Amino acid sequence: MAMADQAGNQPAFRLSMLIYDSRYRSLTIQAVALMLFMLAVAWLLSNAASNLAALGKPLGFGFLSQPAGYDINQRLIEYNNQMSHGRAALVGILNTLLVAVLGCITATAIGIIVGVLRLSSNWIISRLMTVYIETVRNVPVLLWIILTNALLIESLPKIASFRGKDPASDLILWDSVAVTNSGTFIPSPVFGGGSGIVIAMFVLSLIAIVFFGRWAKARQAATGAILPTFWIKLAIFIIPALLFFFIMGRPVTLEYPEMARFRFEGGYVIRNSLISLWLALSLYTGAFIAEAVRAGIQAVSQGQSEAAFALGLRPNKTMSLIVLPQALRVIIPPLISQYLNLTKNSSLAIAVGYMDVTGTLGGITLNQTGREMESLMILMACYLSISITVSVFMNWYNESIKMKER
Amino acid sequence: MKKTIIFGAMAVAGMAAVSASAATLDDVKAKGELACGVNTGVVGFAAPDASGKWVGFDVDVCRAVAAAVLGDSNAVKYVPLTSKNRFTALASGEIDMLARNTTWTFSRDVDLKFTFVGVNYYDGQAFMVPKALGVTSAKELDGATVCIQTGTTTELNLADFFRSNGMSYEPVPLDTNAENQKNYLAGACDVYTTDASALASSRATFENPDDHVILPEIVSKEPLGPLVRHGDNQWGDIVRWTLNALIAAEELGVTSANLAEMSNGTNSPEINRLLGTEGSLGEMLGLSADWAKNALAVSGNYGEIFETHIGESTAIGLARGLNAQWINGGLIYSPPFR
Amino acid sequence: MSDLSYVRTEMLDEKDPPGGEAGIVTWIHKNLFPSIGSGILTVISIFLVYQLLAGILPWMFKSSWTASSLNECREAIHLAYGEGTEGACWSVINERYKQLLFGFYPSELYWRPILAFFLLFVAIAPVLFNKVPRKVLYFSAIYPFLAFWMVWGGSIWVPISAMLGLVVGYYASVILPAVIGSLGAIVAAMILPIVWWILLAGPVAGMLQGIVPISIESVGSDKLGGFTLSVLIGVVGIALSLPIGILLALGRQSPLFVVKIICVGFIEFIRGVPLITLLFVASTLLNYFMPPGTSFDLVLRVMIMVTLFASAYMAEVIRGGLAAIPKGQYEAADALGLDFWKATRLIIMPQALKISIPNIVSNFIGLFKDTTLVSIIGLLDPLGLTNAIRANQEWNGVVWELYAFVALLFFIVCFSMSRYSMYLERKLKTGH
Repeated sequence: MAMADQAGNQPAFRLSMLIYDSRYRSLTIQAVALMLFMLAVAWLLSNAASNLAALGKPLGFGFLSQPAGYDINQRLIEYNNQMSHGRAALVGILNTLLVAVLGCITATAIGIIVGVLRLSSNWIISRLMTVYIETVRNVPVLLWIILTNALLIESLPKIASFRGKDPASDLILWDSVAVTNSGTFIPSPVFGGGSGIVIAMFVLSLIAIVFFGRWAKARQAATGAILPTFWIKLAIFIIPALLFFFIMGRPVTLEYPEMARFRFEGGYVIRNSLISLWLALSLYTGAFIAEAVRAGIQAVSQGQSEAAFALGLRPNKTMSLIVLPQALRVIIPPLISQYLNLTKNSSLAIAVGYMDVTGTLGGITLNQTGREMESLMILMACYLSISITVSVFMNWYNESIKMKER
Repeated sequence: MKKTIIFGAMAVAGMAAVSASAATLDDVKAKGELACGVNTGVVGFAAPDASGKWVGFDVDVCRAVAAAVLGDSNAVKYVPLTSKNRFTALASGEIDMLARNTTWTFSRDVDLKFTFVGVNYYDGQAFMVPKALGVTSAKELDGATVCIQTGTTTELNLADFFRSNGMSYEPVPLDTNAENQKNYLAGACDVYTTDASALASSRATFENPDDHVILPEIVSKEPLGPLVRHGDNQWGDIVRWTLNALIAAEELGVTSANLAEMSNGTNSPEINRLLGTEGSLGEMLGLSADWAKNALAVSGNYGEIFETHIGESTAIGLARGLNAQWINGGLIYSPPFR
Repeated sequence: MSDLSYVRTEMLDEKDPPGGEAGIVTWIHKNLFPSIGSGILTVISIFLVYQLLAGILPWMFKSSWTASSLNECREAIHLAYGEGTEGACWSVINERYKQLLFGFYPSELYWRPILAFFLLFVAIAPVLFNKVPRKVLYFSAIYPFLAFWMVWGGSIWVPISAMLGLVVGYYASVILPAVIGSLGAIVAAMILPIVWWILLAGPVAGMLQGIVPISIESVGSDKLGGFTLSVLIGVVGIALSLPIGILLALGRQSPLFVVKIICVGFIEFIRGVPLITLLFVASTLLNYFMPPGTSFDLVLRVMIMVTLFASAYMAEVIRGGLAAIPKGQYEAADALGLDFWKATRLIIMPQALKISIPNIVSNFIGLFKDTTLVSIIGLLDPLGLTNAIRANQEWNGVVWELYAFVALLFFIVCFSMSRYSMYLERKLKTGH
């Protein structure tokens, strides 16, 4: 830009200067690039427009408000087959987010545990972890999803075996949870009168935990005394809510799954498709995260743990207080891309019949309405916005934990 | 310089836009092969065998058309299609005809602009349940978990059926017959619903077929047939009348065994017209006179094709039922060859 | 004097370590039971491994290899190992392994994809091993066209005339700078090959074929399937994505705003959406973007989308490589008076690519595994074929055997590549 100001002192402008004058050359190139790009885009769009017009399918999103006509088994919001395609898409988006969030949490847990254990001095453990990582990483995720699903279906008891006078399978956890090969049935809470107070108490204790944590940290910084924070936090977490639960006369009850004609009714059901997808994605992504964790730990110089040992910290404490926090800085960037991968891989849900957004909007809706262009545009926009949100958030987090260099 | 670049780009754009939209028949003849869309794999209807050759009930329709048009039943390029891309493949001209157990519906015919040339299999959606469940009617399925094959009319029919009977159900939507079968057999769903033919063919391969029953209710009409694009009537006629030739041949008693003999001329004028020894039906279609003879030489008439792939002598063991000739009380009926 | 050395001239033999530090018992103590917690973990893992093997091994070995249908398999296994035994029916693999490997490729022509596959190693050898003579690089340049010809067959003049497009581009970039300046030459080097491919390549190939007919039996894309298809899509994706990825990476770093925005937009868009949506585009939409009436087959469309997909990831890998190059290299190139393209071609890219090789390999592994997704849009890759095979009356109901075989195929290939990539990483590591 600064160069443009000097242009006045130069001899008169000639057309050839657009190419031979280094001040204008970059502008020329950009203009040409832009023009070529727009030409290409215009060409593609005009083709698409004329093709769609020939098929009598002008671009339009009206189909989103038409009744979908199909049912979805796993859903977070109310939905039935009389609701619109748009609603079905929303159910799908929420399902995608659900499995992505669940998957990221478990994948991180698996990744950290496996990554740490892989460096264990225990020969058999470290070898087993290596085998796990290598097997999982070198087989396609689609295959893992299908295999996990097949394994769950074949190995878990069928609902029929819970039926009858002398059932072959029993509910676990005091007759409250039924693990079957079509889904896991768990009790759902029923909120009676006065349950609001219990929930309010619960929220209050969560807030109290945060403040206590800060106070304990400040105290430790000031005096050096360490409180058993975990146990105290756990007490704050449980006791008040439990106290009020009984004071208010047990307002929150559980609705247990009951065997009906075909399956368990009542309570919540987590469909097998969700479980297998969740499990497969966690195991798969967990292996990649484990590698990132291992690399992160190995990036922390040996001297750090030696110094910690010299200070008298035990190996567990050394790992959790000295090594992992430092390793985290190396781990976070690959972790972000693994989270994004997991979210994108969740689109393979259709292989096991989990109705995520690819299954609803990009699957049945696309099939039934024949609106490929519009459905795929919305579908891509969904994933794109999820990806961008995740990466923006994680990058912000990454910035916030970066070593403050002075 | 800038001008040159723009002109260059425009030239590129212009040249690539050259379109080749000749008549499908000429296209097929020029390519020397028929691009036929088939299923990625449905027992009895379309599947590759060990040598990589596609076989099945739908596949034989492709082969018959290829034989009628090109005189070579092997001049077929099979394009396996999913339920998602079958219609775009046909609309975009990637395939010349689609024979992929596709239900003839109003919206597909009118809105998606395809011509269904006929019906080669009258099907209907049914339910299969394990015998141990003690269910005898689909009306007793309130609250059941149902395995369905997605991407078809099945899921809509299912929703309609349960809604109109005031019942609830849990759908388990899966992409392929194999996946559905796996889930159903393992007991992950109580009921498996899809077209009755597919249910029967699945059941036939179970370890204990007798442990499963197909409920009597047929909840939908699923006339399956080959289809072509709107707008090329000559090509539509060719596919339609090839299918009709297979059907008429059964009615007239022309089989692969007596084909050679009959094509020397018979006393029946209709057979003679069909096989091209009399009249000029082939010429009217723009094909050779022995087009129908070629089509029939591939694997016989409609009845023979049915028997070879899905009939009672096969493991699938489907009875003719609705798919019997009209003279035998079925719906299979060919307009006269005249 | 030399006799009187007080210094020992020979080393003593190594002594065995003290008894407490060696031997199998010590090893077990140190590595398996160093502490109580660790010991418990050891016991649990041994138990789990035993359970796993006890479940799988009998199934694997109480099997049938020669039956011709699943029912026959069951009977044979029951006959051999007693009623009620569940065993693997490897017969399906025995019957169909050729299909799983080669798809529908004519069996008498199997040597062509096999040869192309082995020549691939010759082509990438100069990249992977330093000792290979540099001249092999010429072969690497020819290889893509050769492989195309080997796999698809047809007239040899088609790949040759396609290759001539690159030759045209190359000479344009060598000869033209003197005539129309370096920028013009670069533009010409990009435009001329495209013009050649679109306008002249076809007619020239036809003409040459008319004069000197050399051709092998052509094999259509519909015959491609199985593992061959996976390898093909993977290799084409990576090979084509390399040049596009380099351009995108350079574009992303470019000071030219418009170029940068276009490149960043493209890269972030592709990386933000799942591959399966891009494959849906390939299977249902791509033909809409072409002029009415044109259509090319699904394999080609998938290759286009996979290439675009891989390019975005490749661009990021190469950007990483570029970022790792010390600034001094750029400055040194500037000091020598090299212009941007010369500096990039001669100084920057060779180094950046070398650093990037391990990441390119792992990129390839990822892409190769992702090729299984094409089964969802109806291509018959190994995973898609499992479905098609089960659609045969004889094999309806076979599950684990097919999946196990496909998983094993992918594992072998991906594992060896990842090992190689690790070896490279160690070799390239210059720090300590």
